[in-house]
Amino acid sequence: MVPLVARRVLITVPLVVVVSFLVFLMIDLVPGDPAVKLAGENASAERIEAIREQLHLADPLLTRYLTWLGGSVTGDLGRSFVTNQEVGGLLWTALGATASLVLVTAVLMVVIGLVLGITAAVNHGRAADRIVVALCSVLVATPSFWLALLLVVFFAVDYAIFPAIGFVPLTEDPARWLYHLVLPGLALSARPSAELTLQLRAALTEVLQRDFVTAASARGLTRAQIVGKHALKNAAVPAVTVLGFRLAEIIGGAVVIETVFSLPGLGPLMVQSVLGGDVPVILGIVVLTMLWVALFNLLTDLSYLYLNPKART
Amino acid sequence: MTGTATPAAARTTPEPAAQSHRVSTMRRFLSDRMAVAAVVYLVLLILAAVFAPVLAPADPIAQDLAKRLTPPDGTYLLGTDDLGRDQLSRLLYGARVSLLAALEAVAVGVVVGVPLGALAGYVGGRVDTVIGRVMDSIMSIPGIMLALTAVAVLGRDITIAMMAIGVVLVPQFQRLVRASTQALRNETFVEASRTIGCSRSRILLRHILPNVLPVLVVQMSVMLGVAVTAEASLSFLGVGVQPPAPSWGSMLNNAVANTFTAPYLIYPPGLAITLTVLALALVGDGLRKATSIRRRSGEGR
Repeated sequence: MVPLVARRVLITVPLVVVVSFLVFLMIDLVPGDPAVKLAGENASAERIEAIREQLHLADPLLTRYLTWLGGSVTGDLGRSFVTNQEVGGLLWTALGATASLVLVTAVLMVVIGLVLGITAAVNHGRAADRIVVALCSVLVATPSFWLALLLVVFFAVDYAIFPAIGFVPLTEDPARWLYHLVLPGLALSARPSAELTLQLRAALTEVLQRDFVTAASARGLTRAQIVGKHALKNAAVPAVTVLGFRLAEIIGGAVVIETVFSLPGLGPLMVQSVLGGDVPVILGIVVLTMLWVALFNLLTDLSYLYLNPKART
Repeated sequence: MTGTATPAAARTTPEPAAQSHRVSTMRRFLSDRMAVAAVVYLVLLILAAVFAPVLAPADPIAQDLAKRLTPPDGTYLLGTDDLGRDQLSRLLYGARVSLLAALEAVAVGVVVGVPLGALAGYVGGRVDTVIGRVMDSIMSIPGIMLALTAVAVLGRDITIAMMAIGVVLVPQFQRLVRASTQALRNETFVEASRTIGCSRSRILLRHILPNVLPVLVVQMSVMLGVAVTAEASLSFLGVGVQPPAPSWGSMLNNAVANTFTAPYLIYPPGLAITLTVLALALVGDGLRKATSIRRRSGEGR
């Protein structure tokens, strides 16, 4: 376990340092002065100079970078160029909505993956199996944001069952929190759920053909007992791995889905910041994303150790 | 029945082994009806993209505000958007933009990833470790985040965004080629070439690469699908293809604002993306199945 954690830390820390430095460097190389841009049109020279002073843009690159890096270790990620709010605070607020969406998505992934995967595996080769495989092949190819639009047209425009946009914090009203996250969660979970289903189907089909399953049914165990108690445990390892890696990279897909549903998460914040050239916020989100990916990859590695005794040393 | 004549002849008449391998691989691929249908779709799509100026009934960026948000009818087969632009024409021209953007990203992935994979797999040791670390690092950044950052820093441009997506695809090709090269490195025929004094580059180009090619083509097909989706997502967010140029993603970006008044706008571009990604996956699957029987080793899975 310690080597695994150490390996992830060894990859992540230099990565964060290198990528954030690259972003700093590129901003320096690109023509155009952020101070001029931020001051707006017809700004006086004094105003531009004041902004430059305030953002320390006159300092050498390395000084600025080290100041940022030093601050970020203590949680101070600077202030937004556009709104002058603290980046740390902005990220923390946005992370609430993104984490909510990912939580709902993860639950949906597990439920959909288990139901469809088991259905396909126990009906191996029959119509139900083929329908599940065909459905999953289509879902894997469907862009999540288009599926989101289809869901909005059907469930929000044609039949006003779920809201098309908006977010309610969990602490405010859990029922309405969930209500607002059903459609975004479905859209975001469709593709990874399909992948999870196919993975679980393949693993479970293989396990169900092993001798111990035949032995168990010879002893008179029901199909449900065999699948639930014995086969699933053996098929879980690859499925949990898929689940973990998908949750790591889901932060990328969440950007698009949050934008469709106007969820106040990291996605719309990132898009706004990119369009507005708000570098401190972009840097903060990039670092947060890399930490997110590292964390979920680590959790996946650890779950592998836990589920597969052979991998323990 | 005519389809079976050639393979039967190939089996009875003694032919070079490579030739009959190729024939039977082809026959296996052609017997996969889904894969063949996918190839037909992709060929039609490429033709539609190439001949868009001939096929399109209207100029894809010509606005006609008097005809804005016209639902599909006899004149406008797919209707018009909020600026009165013909959606069928935009869909056809959009195929060009979307496919070219996807090709750009995959080209970056192949051009950088394949040599790095061959190098890491053939040389091994410290070179392999260093390249592997860099690949691990690239894989810890979601493609869309890297593309958004690149666009923020370097400017709003689809080529910049797709280059960033290409960077994210590099490890996908590097890992595959590395695994195949490693498996091939100690095969007898490669050792024989080494013994008779072939240079390293000759071995890699003449002996390793041709054997890696089948898995590489499968991976390219799948990754093209990934790139098509990435282009659509980025243009949908407004940071990819810039207006007024049409792409499937930018058409959906435009459709969102009119979800309530003109829901018909969201179907054609989304369907085009889904079918294209599905077709690329099916072709990849078909090729994998058709070629996997003849390969003894070298599969990266």
